[in-house]
Amino acid sequence: MLELRDVTKVVGRETHIRGVSMALERGSLNVLLGPTRSGKTSLMRLMAGLDRPASGDILMDGKSVVGVPVQKRNVAMVYQQFINYPTLTVYENIASPLRVAGRDKATIEAEVRKAAALLRLEPYLERTPLELSGGQQQRTALARALVKGADLVLLDEPLANLDYKLREELRAELPKIFAESGTIFVYATTEPSEALLLGGNTATLSEGRVTQYGPTPEVFRNPVDLVTARTFSDPPLNMLKVTKRGDRFHGPQDTAIAAPASAMALADGTYVLGFRPHHLYLDPPGPQAVALKARVAVTEITGSESFVHLDHGGERWVALAHGVRSIEVDEDLTVYLDPQRLFVFGSDWLLAAAPALRSAA
Amino acid sequence: MGRARFSWIVPTLYIIFLLLPIYWLVNMSFKTNQEILSIFTLWPQNPTLANYRVIFTDPAWYNGYINSIIYVVLNTVISVAVALPAAYAFSRYRFLGDKHLFFWLLTNRMAPPAVFVLPFFQLYSAFGLIDTHIAVAIAHCLFNVPLAVWILEGFMSGVPKEIDETAYIDGYSFPRFFTKIFMPLIASGIGVAAFFCFMFSWVELLIARTLTTTDAKPIAATMTRTVSASGLDWGVLAAAGVLTIIPGALVIYFVRNYIAKGFALGRV
Repeated sequence: MLELRDVTKVVGRETHIRGVSMALERGSLNVLLGPTRSGKTSLMRLMAGLDRPASGDILMDGKSVVGVPVQKRNVAMVYQQFINYPTLTVYENIASPLRVAGRDKATIEAEVRKAAALLRLEPYLERTPLELSGGQQQRTALARALVKGADLVLLDEPLANLDYKLREELRAELPKIFAESGTIFVYATTEPSEALLLGGNTATLSEGRVTQYGPTPEVFRNPVDLVTARTFSDPPLNMLKVTKRGDRFHGPQDTAIAAPASAMALADGTYVLGFRPHHLYLDPPGPQAVALKARVAVTEITGSESFVHLDHGGERWVALAHGVRSIEVDEDLTVYLDPQRLFVFGSDWLLAAAPALRSAA
Repeated sequence: MGRARFSWIVPTLYIIFLLLPIYWLVNMSFKTNQEILSIFTLWPQNPTLANYRVIFTDPAWYNGYINSIIYVVLNTVISVAVALPAAYAFSRYRFLGDKHLFFWLLTNRMAPPAVFVLPFFQLYSAFGLIDTHIAVAIAHCLFNVPLAVWILEGFMSGVPKEIDETAYIDGYSFPRFFTKIFMPLIASGIGVAAFFCFMFSWVELLIARTLTTTDAKPIAATMTRTVSASGLDWGVLAAAGVLTIIPGALVIYFVRNYIAKGFALGRV
């Protein structure tokens, strides 16, 4: 088990990591989710032992490893950039950690062949990494991390520089490949969808702080605060500042939204409503829907979906609609909210009420 | 169209002007002194190898080449060996005054070598190093180590730091990583740095001549001392000049693909 206790990392005058505490179980898959510069890489470097924390303690199976040099720790790391040894062949690249560990020739041969077969690198073993495509280079780096049999495998946005198809393919395989090794698997990503696809546990990061750590679906459904919810939503969560009076939320432009059952008991006061882009509808989703007026700012069409950026009061919203819609910029549009799908955050940004699970999705 | 037809003129003229003195040197080296001094000929009328024979048979001549090569190779090895760790430190670590120190290194090249002749002569005399190969080799380090550090730093900074970290994560110790992974990666940089050290040490005359008398006398010094009772021996001098160009030409051949990057101090 890898345990971080109140770990802080300061570089110059900037605090990269502030007071992070978390415990990662053996054999678990952990996703670090956060936008760029939120501290994912810094946190991984601390876990690997490439950097020393300014304060706090890092324990591996109960023993502090803060002073242990990275060579002595049994970790493996894969970077977002494809990092291999350009002068060595793919075979030697994969064999490198085993060679350093002084394993015998037969073991090295067997391990390298096994990893190469798993990552489909067999035809390229005699080439050098620069003669491979990006995906093959990254698979080489992954194979090297795999053969080591490390206690802790850190993948820092390993698929970010790959094309879409390869990313899909590798993402599905990665957890399986590392699952049987019983390692602590840490995966950093900026994409909420990637975290959901990988499953496991997710830690959401924002400005060097872990805002929430728990099972991925749990974090997604019940974010503890607004920051977590915004991190775990792409495009970011839409927000609407409202005042609760009785059983209604009153917003700007005379909006009145009936409070959902989960928020009925909340005291009167100011709240922030959060709703995901696919819960901002262009067509009324049902009789309970609340209609709002908004002005179109930008539209983006991806093919099967349309993103419509809207201005409502001082807020910029994004609506995700299926199909290709022809919507003109500066058009005034009526959009709909489903009160059942609202997150309610208090004025302190902590979650006050989350939408109930849908019984039949 | 008209422009393209004559576009070869300027480069051709340029190359002719560049090569003319070298051609003339080669031309003279195959002539007799009599022919050189009496008539103007575009190529040797009576080609002779006598000039070269003199150099390869007279120890006073060929020892000059041996001395030069010994101290140049010594200097190249010392310069690169010292510059490698220094360049790694400059490229990978931030420390107090690193940028100033790095720039200060280069300022060593800004003083004319003549400035250092007197202190060097005094110092080396005191240590009894005058007229030894190592004396010249060490003296040339003053110019070559900073240059090698600058070139190597440029090449090293082109290698992502993540490669170092991946090696440490894989379990490599620093010396093992440096020799097994890192040095092969910057092999071309090491080659270019060695080439520049070789060249500067090879063409440097003032310090080399001041610190030597007979046993370690460089070829360039030998060439300046060929005035005999019968005047200058033009043919032999020309042949010596031709032979002086050859080592540089050989070395440049091996690093020809990286020279441009080397002149940019590895920063391309």
